[in-house]
Amino acid sequence: MGNKQTIFTDEQLDAYQDCTFFTRKEILRLHGRYHELAPHLVPMDYTKEPDCNVPLALIVNMPELKENPFRNRIVESFSEDGMGNLSFNEFVDMFSVLSEMAPRELKAIYAFKIYDFNVDNYLCKEDLEKTLNRLTKEELTPEEVELVCEKAIEEADLDGDSKLSFADFENMISRAPDFLSTFHIRI
Amino acid sequence: MPRAGLITAENNSDIDLEFTGDEDEVSTFQEELERGRHRGRRRDGDREKKKRGNRRRKGASKETVEGEEESQNRLEKRERRRKRAKRHQEARGRERDEEEQAKIKSGKKAKTRKKVKNEKTRKVEEKEEEEGEAGERNAKGKMKHGGAKREEKKEDGGKHTVKEKAQEVKKKKHKTVVETSSEEEMSEEANEDNEEEEKELRPESLSPEELENLKEAVDERKKLIQSLRGKPWPMKKKLVTLRESQEFVEKYEGALGKGKGRRLYAYKVMMSKKWMKFQRDFENFKTVCIPWEMKIKEIESHFGSSVASYFIFLRWMYGINMILFGLTFGLVMVPEALMGRPYGSISRKTVPRAEEASAMDFAVLWDCGGYAQYSVLFYGYYNSQRAIGWLKFRMPLSYFLVGVGTVAYSYMVVIRTMARNSNESGGGDDNSFNFSWKMFTSWDYLIGNPETADNKFASITTSFKEAILEEQESHKDDNIHLTRFLRVLANFLVLCCLAGSGYLIYFVVRRSQKFALDGLDTHTWWERNEVNMVMSLLGMFCPMLFDVISALENYHPRVALQWQLGRIFALFLGNLYTFIIALMDEINLKREEEMIIKYNISMWEASFYNSSVSGNSTAPPVIIQPADVPRGPCWETMVGQEFVRLIISDTMTTYITLLIGDFLRAVLVRFLNYCWCWDLEAGFPSYSEFDVSGNVLSLIFNQGMIWMGAFYAPCLPALNVLRLHVSMYLQCWAVMCCNVPQERVFKASGSNNFYMAMLLVILFLSTLPAIYTIVTIPPSFDCGPFSGKKRMFDVIAETLESDFPAWFGKVFSSASNPGLVLPFILLMVLAIYYLQSTSKSYKEVNVELKKKLQAQNEENKKKNKRAALKAQTDLEEARNATSQTAQQQQETDGDEKHASRQRLHHGTTGHNPPPPDHERRPLATRAPVPRPYHHDNHGTPGYLPGFSQQSEPRLYRVPSLQRH
Repeated sequence: MGNKQTIFTDEQLDAYQDCTFFTRKEILRLHGRYHELAPHLVPMDYTKEPDCNVPLALIVNMPELKENPFRNRIVESFSEDGMGNLSFNEFVDMFSVLSEMAPRELKAIYAFKIYDFNVDNYLCKEDLEKTLNRLTKEELTPEEVELVCEKAIEEADLDGDSKLSFADFENMISRAPDFLSTFHIRI
Repeated sequence: MPRAGLITAENNSDIDLEFTGDEDEVSTFQEELERGRHRGRRRDGDREKKKRGNRRRKGASKETVEGEEESQNRLEKRERRRKRAKRHQEARGRERDEEEQAKIKSGKKAKTRKKVKNEKTRKVEEKEEEEGEAGERNAKGKMKHGGAKREEKKEDGGKHTVKEKAQEVKKKKHKTVVETSSEEEMSEEANEDNEEEEKELRPESLSPEELENLKEAVDERKKLIQSLRGKPWPMKKKLVTLRESQEFVEKYEGALGKGKGRRLYAYKVMMSKKWMKFQRDFENFKTVCIPWEMKIKEIESHFGSSVASYFIFLRWMYGINMILFGLTFGLVMVPEALMGRPYGSISRKTVPRAEEASAMDFAVLWDCGGYAQYSVLFYGYYNSQRAIGWLKFRMPLSYFLVGVGTVAYSYMVVIRTMARNSNESGGGDDNSFNFSWKMFTSWDYLIGNPETADNKFASITTSFKEAILEEQESHKDDNIHLTRFLRVLANFLVLCCLAGSGYLIYFVVRRSQKFALDGLDTHTWWERNEVNMVMSLLGMFCPMLFDVISALENYHPRVALQWQLGRIFALFLGNLYTFIIALMDEINLKREEEMIIKYNISMWEASFYNSSVSGNSTAPPVIIQPADVPRGPCWETMVGQEFVRLIISDTMTTYITLLIGDFLRAVLVRFLNYCWCWDLEAGFPSYSEFDVSGNVLSLIFNQGMIWMGAFYAPCLPALNVLRLHVSMYLQCWAVMCCNVPQERVFKASGSNNFYMAMLLVILFLSTLPAIYTIVTIPPSFDCGPFSGKKRMFDVIAETLESDFPAWFGKVFSSASNPGLVLPFILLMVLAIYYLQSTSKSYKEVNVELKKKLQAQNEENKKKNKRAALKAQTDLEEARNATSQTAQQQQETDGDEKHASRQRLHHGTTGHNPPPPDHERRPLATRAPVPRPYHHDNHGTPGYLPGFSQQSEPRLYRVPSLQRH
């Protein structure tokens, strides 16, 4: 297990660098983290592109995600099957979107996915309520939750269908001063 | 039959490519999602795309070609194609083709079988045909998997996109023809198509037009590769697209350019590739070089982004100081130390006789006296010799330019960072999205520590509660007079504090001058370091005082924080400027002293000369040790020393405060808690929180002092680098070991540029005195690189005169005459005015647009309400009209539809933005009864391939098929 062991070929690393916002070192580090999650599942050698998935339960236990109230949603929205099993590709993808370098538009797309709990392409009241309850650990009374959700929809809903489409969401989030700095995980 | 094989392979990959191409155009997330979810609908879309593809490729074999006759036709066609292919296929490997052939033949058979089946069912219904096609596609898919090698597929696919591009116009024509014309026509057209395609397969015989298209396609691919990382696709797809595009580009880049141009082009391509590679390596190298990444990450996860922002700022400062240090060290200190005259050779480089005994004492060195004073660390050591060493290094010029360059570089960096920050922040100052922002951006994804997470949860909850309260009652009816009185009182107290601290500093500086005149040895340590200590202590305790005072004011915490920051800023600034004013006094004193000494020296020299002349001329000349030569006070070195002392004492106070205030407190709280009568950890002293704003401010002021003093003490940047390095580790450690996460977490990002603006102000204010002294005060006569000149900047004129040709000096002098400079300044002012006014007008337009948007929003809401009301009344009417429950049910359906149609209608006729309009459409299509809504779609042909749109042609085709 020396340093010289090849995890990726140069072509693979180049391809990953083209497709993500990471540098070589970070990709290797990501692989290390991915391997750490499930040492018995994930091989060290990735030159053959093995097909292996790490289940959601292991991923949400990463220290980076552990405290996040939306951890399950994050992982689910990046997994191809929607159940939260991540292959290494999807794993890299996830942290690439959450990295510092990712542009606001890309982040907004995935943020929308994350907050869309019932995956119906709209942030409806139900989604907002869930979001709010996770943010506050359900410390607000139902009336307060109701009020806040109504207000939020009222503010951001441009087309008046009393739910937030992606266009509404993007319009709102594109002006948020804190979005870029908070929707960000350093790996 | 190599040709047939080739074409079918194309067929398959074409389908894939169609998708990718499509999604390139349409990167809107909405559609992606829709596509993912409505699998069933998607099939419709696929069918459509496929149809188009097939029509183009093989003649309308899909929806139209049926029956024995037709297949006969196709066989013939294939035969023809095969012949042609044999002629043209030299480039391709024959074996591979044959291999493929076999496989594809079977595929073809399967297809024809399907076709037969299709023919049977065709007349019954459109729907079934779709399914047949779907099946067919499946069969093809299988064939594809079993069939052609991957590489080849991609090549073909790539080619096909080129063809697509080339035939864009043609395609469109075809489509229109296909809609209206009969089957024979279509197949003929397709035949033509095929021939053309085949021509294009050979890159050798490309016409200029096609070449252009190819080039376009290649460029497009390249662009795709560049922008791939920003695409919201799953990784797998990105990787596949990347590989395909790269191969495509690789293959066709060589084909571009003709004759002579080709080699040049190839060379260019190669160089650009190498350049890219180099850039990437460099980028990788750069990230490896960024220090403390893991430390900051750890802090981030413990304390959230606001505390981490301080450390990131610290790191950024470190970077800047490294560069400043590199400049002064590489261009000033090292050349002087290596190539300048050595220590002890002339008087300015020697410790005077009187101080020699104590020159090596630690106390003296710590005070920047003794050997430290007469070294490269300070201005006075540098010699005014124009060129030194075998390199003929222009020392004074270099010294001057480095001084200017330091300031210029700092300005550049700060302003550039500010501009970038302002780009990044969404510029959302308005409060229109209060709740939604709170909901979607208040969680800090960086947090990875349970305690911080708990704090964050609590703070989010309170912020929501506050917002609700504010919403419910806009302002609390407190005793407003009392609050006002208290606020005025608080500001008065703060002003008193500021004035007091200013006076104290002035007083202390004057007193220290008196001490200095008496001679330092007679005084205690405190008296010698009074100025710095007083300044540091004031900087430490006044903010605490302000904190107490601000409790009077009863502001919202965020406003209170801003006030606090403003006050501390004023305090530091006041202190700094009092210090400078006092220093100016001292400079003037020194200069008076210098005048006297200068006179004395000339007298001394004259007497010395006289004595040597009047004495025996043969006697050996008396050699005077440089240590004995009388010298002036050298005010520049004094200024530098003051700043170095200030920095050192400031650093010391910071560290000591850190150790006592944070570490000792934490230790006491932790261990005394076992034997104390109340809970220390939760109760009064508790652990300290990390004070982001205070720390950032002190960092900024520290930097200001560096900028101010760097000209007179070249060692200052080095000192600062050292300080920042140590603080990084010390503060990281302190924050991790003895601070608790903040209870109220303030926004970090919005204040980023606020700090930067402060830095800029400080930069300006600190360069002001430095520039003033450089420009107005003549340098000392016997020390420093500019000695003997009237002004320091004369070094430029001197260089121009002696090192450049005469005409250059002339040009320079004529360029710097007021006749040219004044118009230039005027021009700049005009430019600034123009830019400012345009930005103002942009802002106005922005506000206007925002207003419009809001008005529209409200209008929409009203409309919706009206529509809903109408729907309700319709419903009522319907209920009244019918008595049977079953009928009623139906009517309800109808009404709902009606309502949605109403809404739709409003949506399209009103000023609604298009996307929501489209999004709603699938909802409408779900209604079972066909409605004449599709004319809406004609407004946006080809825009956003929403599913309703794709199903629309089918609606059309039903009648057209029946017509035939």
